[in-house]
Amino acid sequence: MTSAPGALQGGARDGRRAAAIRRIFRDRPLLPLLVLLGLLIGSLQVAQPGMLGPAWASSTIRFAVPLAILAASQTLTMLTGGIDLSVATVASMSAYIVFTQTPAQGPWVAVAIALVAALVVGLVNGVGVGVFRVHPLVMTIGMSLVVLGLITVYQRIMVASGSRIPPEVAWLGSGTSFGVIPNSLFLFIPLAAVLLFILRRTGFGRLLYAVGDNEAAARLSGVRVWQVLVALYVLSGLLAGIAGVVYGGLTNTATAALADGLLLPSVAAAVIGGTSIFGGRGGYEGSIVGAVILTVLTTLLTVLQMPEPVRVILFGAIILVVASAYSRITGET
Amino acid sequence: MSAAVPTNDGLGRPAGAGLEVLRGLRRDTWTLALWGLFLALLVVAKLVAPGYGATELTSLAIGSLPIAFAAVAQAIVVISGGIDLSIGAMMALTSVVAATQMKGASPEFSIVVVLGVLLLGLLVGAINGLLIVASRVPDIVVTLAMSYVWAGAALLVLNTPGGGAADWLQALISGSLVIDYLPRALVVLIVFAGLVWLPLRRSRLGLSLYAIGSSPLAAFRGGVDVQRTKVFAYALTGLFSAAGGLTLTASTGIGTPIPGPYTLLAVAAVVLGGVSLAGGRGGILGPIVAVFILSLVRTDLTFIGVDPNLSTVVQGVIMVGVVMIGAFVTLRRRTA
Repeated sequence: MTSAPGALQGGARDGRRAAAIRRIFRDRPLLPLLVLLGLLIGSLQVAQPGMLGPAWASSTIRFAVPLAILAASQTLTMLTGGIDLSVATVASMSAYIVFTQTPAQGPWVAVAIALVAALVVGLVNGVGVGVFRVHPLVMTIGMSLVVLGLITVYQRIMVASGSRIPPEVAWLGSGTSFGVIPNSLFLFIPLAAVLLFILRRTGFGRLLYAVGDNEAAARLSGVRVWQVLVALYVLSGLLAGIAGVVYGGLTNTATAALADGLLLPSVAAAVIGGTSIFGGRGGYEGSIVGAVILTVLTTLLTVLQMPEPVRVILFGAIILVVASAYSRITGET
Repeated sequence: MSAAVPTNDGLGRPAGAGLEVLRGLRRDTWTLALWGLFLALLVVAKLVAPGYGATELTSLAIGSLPIAFAAVAQAIVVISGGIDLSIGAMMALTSVVAATQMKGASPEFSIVVVLGVLLLGLLVGAINGLLIVASRVPDIVVTLAMSYVWAGAALLVLNTPGGGAADWLQALISGSLVIDYLPRALVVLIVFAGLVWLPLRRSRLGLSLYAIGSSPLAAFRGGVDVQRTKVFAYALTGLFSAAGGLTLTASTGIGTPIPGPYTLLAVAAVVLGGVSLAGGRGGILGPIVAVFILSLVRTDLTFIGVDPNLSTVVQGVIMVGVVMIGAFVTLRRRTA
């Protein structure tokens, strides 16, 4: 606003403008993401005119919701400098339990069993990371091996009892109300609101940032880091379980590998959304936009009728470009 | 500018000879414990199945070979303070390139193919490293994104499993050498890893790898070109991934474009093998032993009659358990 003393040269002025833009983006990290999302939706319109509309929006949201919930697990754990690579296996497990327990127990008990199982996995992760100080990568990879093995054994036991998609879960995952509003939004909006509230307004949220920013400092100021981490990974497991139920309802299938394809995108969504993998910086709102961006991107690459290999390559390249551009623009690494 | 930088003499020199011995002992304790565990598992196998012998050892070595190469690949980059989540994808890419080029080719040409694939691995890994250095995005994010790129490239080369492997390449890793109890696969692993790693470890570059993993800033101030060393580390990881990809093709006779579970298994083996994820510590022998341990556990459990699926559970428990014990021991030693 105020001009600096002395004559400004063109280059310096450009530099100042770039700095101003950078400042705006740094203060509003969501802005560049929303711009990118707008660009992607615009290209979708160009690529296939008339595709945009309520039906398109509805299906995009339905596919983005499970990914966004899984991205919540990654965001929260990444805020403390951790990561949760067991989310995909936990999500698959949870969907599988719901599908196989429904015939005997009814849908509600089945969902409850699934979520308790997911919670237990999260608890073990939390104890490993928080109490035994195992590196989160190792702990969660190890747990996903354990869970994968258990599901496979369980699969063999349950093969006779058959599996059924509870209509309630299908309603949640793939149904719509009033024609276009995806039912999963009824779950997701309150869930996201709670998570955003936790991160921004509660002590627990602040502790997550504190632990991720500087664990030693947090500990010295009296934070019981292990309790924070245990609670965090329990929450992460629970979120993965919820995501699994929604995803099972969306895809109408349940296998031990159901959600495997969502693991890397869930990390990517959080990263694109501006959460630092080293901890201490970021937020869930970015990850939600990140999940939507990835979903729209997948649609766009499909609409462009590219062969699958090219789609996969572009998907990776774009994640890299976005992450790189984001760190350049906001000056964060 | 290099005039002001002191010579590198102090970089590798121990702070005190006694400390160095202690540190060496501790490092070796871990590897020794792993060897002990491995031997114990072998004894168990022999006790449970008295027929366990050379043939089983050979198939253990062949089966573990791709994971072992993946673990070495991961170990190198983790030592330098990074992590590579694209190892599985790079293995898939190099495996299908090898399989498509070798199908029906003459033995002479397939030698060229093998060398070319190893070069391709170096190149692909170097691209990973260059992107990390140039984009300043964390390693884990870049390699995660690149895992899509390399997996897509693998699909581009070969859409469905196919291709072929040269007979000599398949013969190279099957069977045993001189005595029955020395699987060729193991020899290949040791010779290849030894030829690359041992001279490197003694060299200035190898020292730089450890230095940038230990503390990039200190390494930089000590005159190490951090960025170049990083690119080099990723290139080496690519090279070993290519070796892993070649052994995949050699052991199955075809190339498969879908990446196997090697990336995460490699992370597990590396940590189990005593390499610190924080960087700067560990070697490649520990991770190799760890890979054999994880494979042998599966064999043992099958012999005992445990559901093979439960052995995945046990693998996970061992991985986490050993790391927990390790952390517990170091913690106690530090406080003691």
